[in-house]
Amino acid sequence: MTAQKRSGQNASLGAHYAIHLPAPDDFAFWRERARGLIQCDVPPDRVSWIEPGGTGDLFAEGPSRGDKRLPPPPADAPPVRASQRFLTVARSAALHSDPARFGLLYRLLWRLQRNLRIMEDKADPEVRRIEELAKSVRRDAHKMHAFVRFREVTEEDGTPHFVAWFEPDHHIVRAEAAFFMRRFANMRWSILTPRGSVHWDAETMREGPPARREDAPGGDPVEVLWRSYYASTFNPARLKVGAMLSEMPKKYWKNLPEADLIPQLIAGAQAREAVMVRAGAREERVRPTTLAEVAKGAANCRDCPIADCGTRAVTGEGPEGARLMIIGEQPGDQEDMAGRMFVGPAGQLLDQHLTRAGIDRSAAYVTNAVKHFKFTWKGKHRLHQSPGAKEIDTCRWWLEAERAIVQPRIVLALGASAARGMLGRTVSVSKARGTPIMLDDGAELWVTVHPSYLLRLDGEAQAQQAALFAADLEAVRERLAELAG
Amino acid sequence: MAQQTLRQKLEILADAAKYDASCASSGTAKKNSLGGKGVGSTEGMGICHAYAPDGRCISLLKILLTNHCIFDCHYCINRKSSNVPRARFTPQEVVDLTLNFYRRNYIEGLFLSSGIVRSANHTMEQLVEVARILREEHDFRGYIHLKTIPEADAEVIHQAGLYADRVSINVELPTRAGLTRLAPDKDESQIEGAMGRTKARIIQAKDERKRFRHAPRFAPAGQSTQMIVGADGSNDTAIIGKASRLYGSFGLRRVYYSAFSPIPDASAVLPLKRPPLLREHRLYQSDWLMRFYGFAPGEVADVTEANGNLPLDIDPKLAWALKFRASFPVDVNRAAKEQLLRVPGLGTTAVARIIAARRHRTLRLDDVARLTASIAKVRPFICALDWRPTLLTDRADLRRLLAPKSEQLELF
Repeated sequence: MTAQKRSGQNASLGAHYAIHLPAPDDFAFWRERARGLIQCDVPPDRVSWIEPGGTGDLFAEGPSRGDKRLPPPPADAPPVRASQRFLTVARSAALHSDPARFGLLYRLLWRLQRNLRIMEDKADPEVRRIEELAKSVRRDAHKMHAFVRFREVTEEDGTPHFVAWFEPDHHIVRAEAAFFMRRFANMRWSILTPRGSVHWDAETMREGPPARREDAPGGDPVEVLWRSYYASTFNPARLKVGAMLSEMPKKYWKNLPEADLIPQLIAGAQAREAVMVRAGAREERVRPTTLAEVAKGAANCRDCPIADCGTRAVTGEGPEGARLMIIGEQPGDQEDMAGRMFVGPAGQLLDQHLTRAGIDRSAAYVTNAVKHFKFTWKGKHRLHQSPGAKEIDTCRWWLEAERAIVQPRIVLALGASAARGMLGRTVSVSKARGTPIMLDDGAELWVTVHPSYLLRLDGEAQAQQAALFAADLEAVRERLAELAG
Repeated sequence: MAQQTLRQKLEILADAAKYDASCASSGTAKKNSLGGKGVGSTEGMGICHAYAPDGRCISLLKILLTNHCIFDCHYCINRKSSNVPRARFTPQEVVDLTLNFYRRNYIEGLFLSSGIVRSANHTMEQLVEVARILREEHDFRGYIHLKTIPEADAEVIHQAGLYADRVSINVELPTRAGLTRLAPDKDESQIEGAMGRTKARIIQAKDERKRFRHAPRFAPAGQSTQMIVGADGSNDTAIIGKASRLYGSFGLRRVYYSAFSPIPDASAVLPLKRPPLLREHRLYQSDWLMRFYGFAPGEVADVTEANGNLPLDIDPKLAWALKFRASFPVDVNRAAKEQLLRVPGLGTTAVARIIAARRHRTLRLDDVARLTASIAKVRPFICALDWRPTLLTDRADLRRLLAPKSEQLELF
C-alpha cells in the first residue's frame, strides 16, 4: 500500500514523537503539528501529546524519544483534509481537561484521511467519544455564560470594575472571553479562574495568570436584591428539586450568591403550600346535598374572618323546590339574635312590598349572600358593615350549594352583594335591574336594590326608588307566572 | 402606610409575577454591545442564569410594574378582590434594577408585565416607557419581553413590539365559557384580535427587513401565550385543540401551560384540587409532538383517556405507540424519518444520528444503543440487523413493562 511505503521513506521506522503543547487550549498549535505529522505519515500510536506540566504518554517519557525532531514533509505529500464537522467538534474537544484528547483528535484526523465522512458515523466509538468531549466543553461554556457572577469594585480612578471568580471544568476561559466582551463591551471587567484570568478594559483584552478566590471581591450590595428576587420568584407549590439540580449542580453553588438560600426555601416550601391550601381549604370538601347539611356546615364554617365575631350563621328558609329564590346581603343585628331571615326593619319593608306585588314569601326560598353578621361595635350597638368581595366569594360555596338543592327557576338578588354572590363578579344594580341574567343552569337572575337602601332614603327619592323596587318585584311576579303557565 | 423600600417592592412584585411560566430568552435577533454605549447581547441561544427549587429557570428579571389591578380574574393572585400587599415601581426603578442585575450577569433581560391601573392604555404606556428608557437612554441590547394588554390601543401595542424582543398576550383559559366565568373582565375575541394584529405586524416587519436593511425590527422573537391548566373544567383534548389553533392562526412561538397552583388568598370560585404537575408536563410533551414530531392534533387527542385527559403514568408518545401497534416495529435501517420520529424513546437528535450513521453501516441493536439515551424503551418498537421484537411488540402487558415504576408522590 502506498501509505505504508511512504511511511518507510519519510518518518524513520519505529520513531516516536512527543509533541509539547505551549498551552492546554492551543488548538492552532495542535492543528499545525498534526498537519505535519499526517504529511509525514506518522501513525497515531507513534505520537504523544504533552500539555504544559503534564507527562503525556508513558512510552514517550524518555528524552531520547521525546525530542525527536519531525522531518520536513515530502514535497509530494497530499494535502491534509478534514471535514467541517470535524473542525467544529475538534475545536471544542481540544479544550477538554481529558489529557488523552489530543491523541484522540489525531487518531480521528488520521482516520479521516482514509474516510472523509467518518464523522457522520455516530455509532463509531471514537466519533462518539470526541462528540462527548465537545459536548461537555460546550456545556461547561454554557454554564460559564450563565453562572459567572460579577461583583462591582470601584477603582482608584473612580471607574467601576466588575470582577468575577469562576471555576470551569475545562480550559475554556480564553475561548469564552469573547462572549463576555460582546456582552459587556463598554464595561471594565475581569474573570478570574484557577486556569487563568482575562481582563477587559472596554478596549483591549488582557490575559493573566491563574488566580485564587481571595483575589476576587467578597461581596456586592446588589446581591441583597438579587437574593430577594430569587427567593420571591420561587413558587413553593411546585417543588422540583431534581430538575433544579440537573441544571444547576451543587458544584456551582459555592460561587452563586443566591445558592445558600436553596436549603431553607426547600424546607419552607411544604409548610408554605400547606398554609395556602388550608386558607383556601375547600378543595377537599364535598359539596353539601341537603339544606340541613348546608345549615350545619355554614354554622361551623370559619373560612373568612366574619365567622369569628361570635355570631351565628343564619341560613335560608323556605321550601326545597321553591320556584323563586330571594337573596339578601347578610343577616343584620335582629336576624342574628333571632336566627331567622329578614325579621328586622328591612325585612318588614320587603314583606310589605312582596305582599303588594302578590308574591308569596312563604313559597319562596329566602337566604343571604353571606351567612354571618359582619359588624363593628359602636358603643353598645353592633353597627352593620358591608361584607368584602372576598368574603362574599368565600360564602358562595354555601349559596351555590343552596341553589343546587332548591333549583329555583328565578333568583332575585337584593343589592350588589347578593348579585356578586350569584355571579362571582360585581355588577352595577342600576344597569342590571329590569333584565334577567341567564345563569349556567338556565335559571334567571333578576337584580334589584336591597330594601335597606329604601330605608336610608327619604322624601321624593324614597318614593321614586320605592316605585322602581315595586316595578322590579312586579316584573319578577309576571315572569314567574309566565314560567308557570 | 410607611414608604416601601425597593427591596420590599421587589419582593411583592416578583412574587406577583411568578405565576407566568414563560421565561424564555431565546430565538431573537442576534445583537451585541460592540460599538454601542450600553450593555447587552443576545446570541440566539437563551441562557438560564439560575434555577429555583421549583425547577424553573431564571433567565429574565420577571416582575410586574404594579400589582394593583382593576380586573377581577379569579385564578389571579393580583385580582381586585385579593388581599395581597400592593406595590408599584416607577419605570426608572425597573430600569435601574434591570441594568444592575444585567451588569452582574444575573439575567438575560427583562420580562415586564403589570396589573391594570387606571386604564389598559395608561398601563401599556407605562410598560412601553420602561422599554423605551432601556433601549434609547441606556442603549440596552439584552432581551426584553413585554406582556401586552389586549384592551390597549393598537398604536401603543405597536410601540411595545418595536422595543421588545418578544411580546405576549395570555389567552388564560382554553374555552370562552371558562374565560367568561373566571375572568369576567376579559374577552376572548379582544384577546385573539390583538394576537392577530401582532402577527400581521411581525410578518410585515420581517418582509420590510428583507427589502430595507434598516427597517425597524418588530418583536424578532415572536409572540407567545399562556394557558392555565386545571382552573376550569377543560380537559386535555380541549387544551390541545386550542393550542394547535393558536399555533396555526397566530404563528405563536410558544404556548405555555401553567398548572393552576394554589395561590395565597385564593378566590372561592375555584373549587379545585390542584392538578398534578405531571399534567402540565404531559401537555408540554404533546405540544412538542405536534411541533417537532409531525403529530397532528387529532392524533394526540387519540391517546386521551375516557375523561379527555392524557394518561399521567406514561408519556403521550408511548401511549400513541401502544395504541397503534400496527405501525411498529420500525426498521431503523430502512424506515423514513417520519416513522422513526414516532418511536418512543427516539428524539429528534437520535433520529438524525441514526439517519447519518446508517449511511455507513447497517445498524445493530448495539449501535442504536450508542445513539440513544435508553435502549430499553426503544427496543420493543424497532427492528435492527440483529434484532426483531417478535413477541414483545404484541404483548398485552407491554404498557406495564414500559411505564415508569415510581409514582409521583403528592404532598399532603
